[in-house]
Amino acid sequence: MVPDLTKQSPLGRYLEHCKKGELAYQVCTDDNKAFFYPRVAAPGSGSTNIEWRVSKGLGTVYATTATHYKGEAPLNIALIDLDEGFRMMSRVEGIAAMDVKIGMRVKVKILPGDDKQLPYPVFTPLEGK
Amino acid sequence: MSTLKRGSIAVVGAAESDLGQVAPHTNPMDLIAQATLAALDDCGLKLQDIDGVFSAMSQARVAPMAVAEYLGIKPDYFDGTIIGGSSFMTHIAHAQAALEAGLCKVALICYGSTQRSVSRAAAARPEYNYYETPYRPFNPPTAYAMAASRHMYQYGTTREQLAEVAVSARKWALMNPKAWEKEPLTIEQVLNARMVSYPFTVRDCCLVTDGGGAIILTLADKAQTLTKKPVYVLGTGEALSHANISSMKDLTVTAAAESGPKAFKMAGMKPSDMNMLSLYDAFTITPILFLEDLGYCPKGEGGRFVQGGTIAPGGKLAVNTSGGGLSYCHPGMYGLLVLIEAIRQVRGECGQWQVKNCDVALAHGNGGVLSSQCTVILGSAATL
Repeated sequence: MVPDLTKQSPLGRYLEHCKKGELAYQVCTDDNKAFFYPRVAAPGSGSTNIEWRVSKGLGTVYATTATHYKGEAPLNIALIDLDEGFRMMSRVEGIAAMDVKIGMRVKVKILPGDDKQLPYPVFTPLEGK
Repeated sequence: MSTLKRGSIAVVGAAESDLGQVAPHTNPMDLIAQATLAALDDCGLKLQDIDGVFSAMSQARVAPMAVAEYLGIKPDYFDGTIIGGSSFMTHIAHAQAALEAGLCKVALICYGSTQRSVSRAAAARPEYNYYETPYRPFNPPTAYAMAASRHMYQYGTTREQLAEVAVSARKWALMNPKAWEKEPLTIEQVLNARMVSYPFTVRDCCLVTDGGGAIILTLADKAQTLTKKPVYVLGTGEALSHANISSMKDLTVTAAAESGPKAFKMAGMKPSDMNMLSLYDAFTITPILFLEDLGYCPKGEGGRFVQGGTIAPGGKLAVNTSGGGLSYCHPGMYGLLVLIEAIRQVRGECGQWQVKNCDVALAHGNGGVLSSQCTVILGSAATL
């Protein structure tokens, strides 16, 4: 089936979820595999048997770095493995960039965005862990 | 499965352009033309002989058009495949296909950049990607730093081991008069330099220089009639694994684990047959990953492997003998210069830093954020 893009794009749908404070992802119902970023077809198979789901927002830091920009505190940039089986780039906020460690459990928080920036998800350390 | 024939083509001419910091208002095409004319001198062919153009660059979106226009030639065959720093290794495989098929007779592969003069931001503007740009990765360092973080976590690789790669490269560079860096470097200096993206200081990162190069290839029978000893293409392997670092499956395993075996298979050789390695060293982690993925040590052992001067002058494996992207020069897409060093080693032209009895060399290119991996095996007539 040829994907229909007349009404909504994958990012358009994703952003609708962001506006509700949700982190959405897609699953190919042929093999029940999650994938990210959102696409018009499942990577590898090209299948359009795709379902949108909302993540519980819990994940684990897979890789991390603290990038240094002049005149700023080091900025965390990390890859997060969500419990549902997909990975995304993000940052862990609320602690120093260098205190973000691989294996750390984290929880999503959607930043609302503004005129210049679309809403986007960041993470904070999971309390009590 | 490749049907390209081992040794069917050879590099006949090779040259760098000016490197480092070039004269004000030099543009990348000036460097390409300079290198092309030097490569033609090197083999005794004329500009009008070039009928195949292979080029990729960040400062001209359609490189083959820009090259043909500047040089004033009308190539019968052209290829602008751009997959980052490994583009030129891919161009060798594509040139071999074109030469074998008779689509061209004299292939030029060329590159130029003035990124030091005009700034990296102007030379290679990052693309907007909603899924990464808001997090402000300073790429490429941020992406490679994340790969290093994972290697350190999984295998206990240390910052000192990463630094050893930079120190080894510097020792080679000190013998190469064309190298940008002229002063010795210690592990402590690498560790204490300005932090860019943890675990990388500026000394773990490749240089930002101007520069370019050109190589010329023909079928093997024609190559034997030209000025220099031909350097035969014995094997090539190409692989793509992702575009963005967030889509790389395992940050500790690159597609060199695919491109390497393809190239070795075509060459009918194994890793231990190589007399020297030219490995794209964008960051200190990359030679470590490629030594593992190309079969020089088990996965995870790369950090320990480079310790104690293994890849430095006098070590047991000659790697990046020019001084590499870390200390010799790095004009953006550095792969063509990775190839030129391997070519010169096989020719025996490297003077003080010549590897003894170097009949076979491996040149490995990396592009994007560990995204494209291409391996080329080059050999002298003795290897045919």
